[in-house]
Amino acid sequence: MRITQGTFSFLPDLTDAEIRAQVDYALSKGWALSVEYTDDPHPRNVYWEMWGLPMFTVKDGAAVVFEVNACRKAYPNHYIKVNAFDNTRGVESMCLSFIVSRPKDEPGFGLERQEAAGRMVRYTTRAYSAAKPAGSRYE
Amino acid sequence: MDADAASQNQGTSMNKPVEGHIKDVKERYKGGVLKYKQMGYWRPDYEPKDTDVICLFRITPQEGVDPEEAAAAVAGESSTATWTVVWTDLLTAHESYQAKAYRVDPVPNAPGQYFVYIAYDLILFEEGSIANMTASLIGNVFSFKPLKAARLEDIRIPAAYVKTFKGPPTGIIVERERLDKYGRPLLGATMKPKLGLSGKNYGRVVYEALTGGLDFTKDDENINSQPFMHWRDRFLFCMEAVNKAQANSGEIKGHYLNVTAATMEDMYERAEFAKELGSNILMIDLVIGWTAIQSMSNWCRRNDMILHMHRAGHGTYTRQKNHGVSFRVIAKWLRLAGVDHLHAGTAVGKLEGDPMTVQGYYNVCRDSYTKTDLQRGLFFDQDWVDLKKVMPVASGGIHAGQMHQLLDLFGDDVVLQFGGGTIGHPAGIQAGAIANRVALEAMVKARNEGRDIANEGPEILDAAAKWCTPLAQALETWKDVSFNYTSTDTPDFAVTPTAS
Repeated sequence: MRITQGTFSFLPDLTDAEIRAQVDYALSKGWALSVEYTDDPHPRNVYWEMWGLPMFTVKDGAAVVFEVNACRKAYPNHYIKVNAFDNTRGVESMCLSFIVSRPKDEPGFGLERQEAAGRMVRYTTRAYSAAKPAGSRYE
Repeated sequence: MDADAASQNQGTSMNKPVEGHIKDVKERYKGGVLKYKQMGYWRPDYEPKDTDVICLFRITPQEGVDPEEAAAAVAGESSTATWTVVWTDLLTAHESYQAKAYRVDPVPNAPGQYFVYIAYDLILFEEGSIANMTASLIGNVFSFKPLKAARLEDIRIPAAYVKTFKGPPTGIIVERERLDKYGRPLLGATMKPKLGLSGKNYGRVVYEALTGGLDFTKDDENINSQPFMHWRDRFLFCMEAVNKAQANSGEIKGHYLNVTAATMEDMYERAEFAKELGSNILMIDLVIGWTAIQSMSNWCRRNDMILHMHRAGHGTYTRQKNHGVSFRVIAKWLRLAGVDHLHAGTAVGKLEGDPMTVQGYYNVCRDSYTKTDLQRGLFFDQDWVDLKKVMPVASGGIHAGQMHQLLDLFGDDVVLQFGGGTIGHPAGIQAGAIANRVALEAMVKARNEGRDIANEGPEILDAAAKWCTPLAQALETWKDVSFNYTSTDTPDFAVTPTAS
């Protein structure tokens, strides 16, 4: 299954030129770009690994795409996303975040149910890939 | 204050030539009936303080009633006045408690109507209480006989008063961080049919819509706990649907569980159950009232719950221009009272809303500082002093073919709700959700790439429809649907303000 986190997951995978266009848009807004990667795609895994620090001083979109490709080379079978951060007072959060790489095979998630009192059910979402140790999940 | 008695006694005296503020204490307090202007409620020289609440009323005085006297009467009746002079005023710092009408402008192109500006000292209001503020400002005065009609058009709430409210329990920024969704409007749908589905059938619609690609689904305003579906049943089936859809997509999803009920105790019980089931969002209707809204807001803040407000009932007092309360005022009060989502109109859908006026409501929800913008019906600057922002919701008669218009009008921070526009898709609910999500992402991507979506929108949608069959089907099904009716509620302003 295709994980649909991120701003553009319902579209065909973005080409480098399309990634560059989104990066340039973010830069035109004064946002800082960053690249993150993970092999734990659980929807509540908010802390993906940082591919370096957010690029607060980078104003050239090509440099961001360069980092994306460097991250892809190091982690060819991980999820990689590009984030754009706006540090304006009252925002101070991400304003764009889209996946730019994903593993060849995405096994998806299982839903575990624990039946409790009454008809209460406690749900746990578990990524099939996360059963393996980090780093060996998407061989 | 006793509005009816006042009007009986003053009905004739208000038609006579009116004199100004009587400052001599002996004259002012000798007993009997004075005009509101004489009592000091008309103060054309008054400079509002930064800490004053300022209201703009649109009033329609009865025939022959002097507009300045009518303005003074509104100020009096919404603050400390009664129909006759009372000596007990002298036991108070009376002038502090008097609201002051300080400006009257004829409404452009509306004979017999006047815009009246009134300032209220901060001492008139209890900290953090919308119920108290509204009891003064829209209490007796709207039934006052010398006026044919009155409408509260806009309000400026001073920073000092804003700071006594906690505002939205979550706010736009934190909501996005909890959902991990950025850079695009959120997508929702109201479950249809509104009435008659069993809990199991209802949950099916939730499951299909969320699995297809929506972020949220929603109970409608009148889904509470009727014979066909008990609330617990609905909550249980909906949360099964939400969790399954999360596992299918790897995304956080939610269903607005409507906890509107007969009593606070019932609402708290339902909210607690929603929390136990792991819901991330609750819903209430505007008709539960200000005090209940603030109570539920507090509950949501304590329990990390997003609070969705469905503005059920507002049209009874917001829609007609000459009488009632503008929705921009309701939106300001709701931001203070503390809701996270607020239905604020679509402009292009089936429900009332002039596009500029609707944008004005969105500004009130989302701005850090709202600037005066007469074309959008905003008469005052409003500093929100870091109060959290409300996510506006566009819902009612919208479909994928309008995606470019919606994104152009409202930007990213909005929930676009396609109820019929998802569930009515000829290939099924999942297909409807896919169509909306693809249309949305394609439009956001194109906008970010610098395309002129307002004009090129249909081409952008057609291009996406070439590889997305559900979108092609949606565009074909709803291509001719639009709701082009004249709005009843549009801002009245003159480019150069007319003097009184």
